[in-house]
Amino acid sequence: MEKRAIFRSAWLPYLLVAPQIAVTIIFFFLPAVQAVWYSFQVQDAFGNDTQFVWFENFAAIFHDEAYLNSFEVTAVFSLLVAVLGLAISLLLATMADRVLRGALAYRTLLIWPYAVAPAVAGVLWAFLFSPSIGVVSFLLGKMGIDWNWVLRGDQAMLLVVMAATWKQISYNFLFFLAGLQSIPRSLIEAAAIDGAGPTRRFWTIVFPLLSPTTFFLLVVNVVYAFFDTFGVIDATTFGGPAQATNILVYKVYFDGVKAADLGGSSAQSVVLMIIVITLTVIQFRFVEKKVNY
Amino acid sequence: MKLQLSAAALVAALALPAHAVTEIQWWHSMTGALGDQVNIIANGFNDSQKDYKVVPVFKGQYPESMTAAIAAYRAGNAPSILQVFEVGTATMMSAKGAIKPVYQLMKDAGEPFDPKAYLAPVAGYYTNSKGEMLSMPFNSSTTVFYVNKDAFKKAGLDPNAAPKTWKEFAAAAGKLKASGQQCVYTTGWPSWVHIENFSAWHNLPIGTLENGIGGTKTQFTFNSPAHVQHIQMLVDFAKNGWFTYAGRKNEAEAKFFSGECAMLTSSSGAQANIRKNAKFDFSVNFLPYHDEIKGAPQNSIIGGASLWVMGGKKPDEYKGVAKFFKYLSNPQLQVRWHEATGYVPITNEAFALAQKEGYYQKVPGADIAIKQLTYKPPTPNSKGLRFGNFVQGREVIEEELEAAFSGKKDAKTALDDAVRRGNEILRRFEAANKQ
Repeated sequence: MEKRAIFRSAWLPYLLVAPQIAVTIIFFFLPAVQAVWYSFQVQDAFGNDTQFVWFENFAAIFHDEAYLNSFEVTAVFSLLVAVLGLAISLLLATMADRVLRGALAYRTLLIWPYAVAPAVAGVLWAFLFSPSIGVVSFLLGKMGIDWNWVLRGDQAMLLVVMAATWKQISYNFLFFLAGLQSIPRSLIEAAAIDGAGPTRRFWTIVFPLLSPTTFFLLVVNVVYAFFDTFGVIDATTFGGPAQATNILVYKVYFDGVKAADLGGSSAQSVVLMIIVITLTVIQFRFVEKKVNY
Repeated sequence: MKLQLSAAALVAALALPAHAVTEIQWWHSMTGALGDQVNIIANGFNDSQKDYKVVPVFKGQYPESMTAAIAAYRAGNAPSILQVFEVGTATMMSAKGAIKPVYQLMKDAGEPFDPKAYLAPVAGYYTNSKGEMLSMPFNSSTTVFYVNKDAFKKAGLDPNAAPKTWKEFAAAAGKLKASGQQCVYTTGWPSWVHIENFSAWHNLPIGTLENGIGGTKTQFTFNSPAHVQHIQMLVDFAKNGWFTYAGRKNEAEAKFFSGECAMLTSSSGAQANIRKNAKFDFSVNFLPYHDEIKGAPQNSIIGGASLWVMGGKKPDEYKGVAKFFKYLSNPQLQVRWHEATGYVPITNEAFALAQKEGYYQKVPGADIAIKQLTYKPPTPNSKGLRFGNFVQGREVIEEELEAAFSGKKDAKTALDDAVRRGNEILRRFEAANKQ
């Protein structure tokens, strides 16, 4: 007997997905197409004078060493944010999963940062670590550490990675915790009776069973690090010092929104789009094969 | 409370029919006390006549309000008046059709208008090579040199003799450091102070074609030996612990008024804040100069913003804008604006009036900015600058300066790279604004 519900109507399914399709088209596809269109043009700020220039914008950005540097910065930044974000939240989730008393309080506190907007997170961290007025900078100074990220690129990178990771840990935590709780206790208890220690149990049972969650989070975190983090950068380092934290998406924002260079900015966003599509395809084709559903 | 007030104002505006009042939208970026002053000006104008109503709207920081206006223009509902920061000048100027030049506006409206009435270094910044004023000067400041007199006293220096040259500066810096001063010197707005104003103050070109005022074919030239020497000097200062880099904007000002740093170069507009916060005696001075460079000191250039009139509006609206600009140039209003905000008055008459009223005896240092701006009649190197996409251009300069100050590059390489990257931006702007 057929168990699935089947819609006999020809138009009802389309009607039901229509709102979602409309949102996707209006907010994702149309702007993307427009970005591709603009990336072939050179325009003055007010759009009074538009020339079609084929690939000149692309040639210009790949000729720009600042842009090439931005690739390197983005690679380092995204890798750090994704890996640290996943590792720390997995650790926290396994710990929280074992807590018996006050579990709700721990979980609530750990989930809180997710409600904070990226720009606000950036400002919070910027205040704490501000070289002139920050509390943490003051304490670091007392400990003899010269904390001045307005001039030191490595420290600036450390700051934005911390802020961006902190912001994403809650989200990852939530999914990991749900994933952990769906693992049958009996499996773990059986392993324990057979004499497997906590580390062994984690790597041979928990981690493989968590892999669908981990994979999903990997995709989400990479996309987050690439696109969603410009608020953190804009509230703290503005891409500086000397481009040390100038990630691709921030450069797109700066050139397009602040400097009114639409052609160059669009070309950059097309490149960014291609990178993220490629990364996602790679993840689904190769990494997903290792996932046990 | 504010919301209620504006709601009340809205209701009042809606309920007020009978007389047809032409509304003039004015988008600006003035916050806090400055925003209050903008409202005072608009209200004053609205009360002075019945035909026009200027409505000031805060649209975010300079880049944001400019972006908003560009988007609004593309959508066909730009404001009549837009406050644009000085680095956006070239972009606005080449937007033919999108703007209405002020000289044209005044001519069409039949308002008497004499560009010579405006302070030369201020008006020059917004005037084209034919001598036609394109936008209305509004808030202008320049970079000045602040000294913590108490720190000077403690270091055994004469607190009333601020260093005039960079040589004297270095001597004082050494003594301050020896006296245990943690941070000797810092600067706000590095590009504006150490490239743009350094060039004007020493009568050196920042770029060809009169710093870009002569056309979009301009090239940057701020990697001359004199420029390299100046930046190298700062790098050496940093190595000695005499110079602490604080950031690209005005972060340095807090380091000065907290007493952490003994000397500061930053906007003259910082005075009000310093006066309010500093728990020590300080002086406002001319920027130091290199006495081995001939012709120095010349005069410094302004920063701040001007008011642009957007294109495609009705003649009646333009009449109102012209009347408003005339009101804005009124000496009494300018003096009040000058005293309340720390920006320089924009007309010669207003400066004379402020002197006559004894304002500068009351607040010593408040006239340093104007004196420095008008130190000598401006040359092609010190009239101002007009580089396309200078929002990006200045960013490039800041980045390369940071690379030099952090020791990643030497001064020459950093400035050469800044010029090369800056020129690429200028060429892109030229290509986009051929017409």
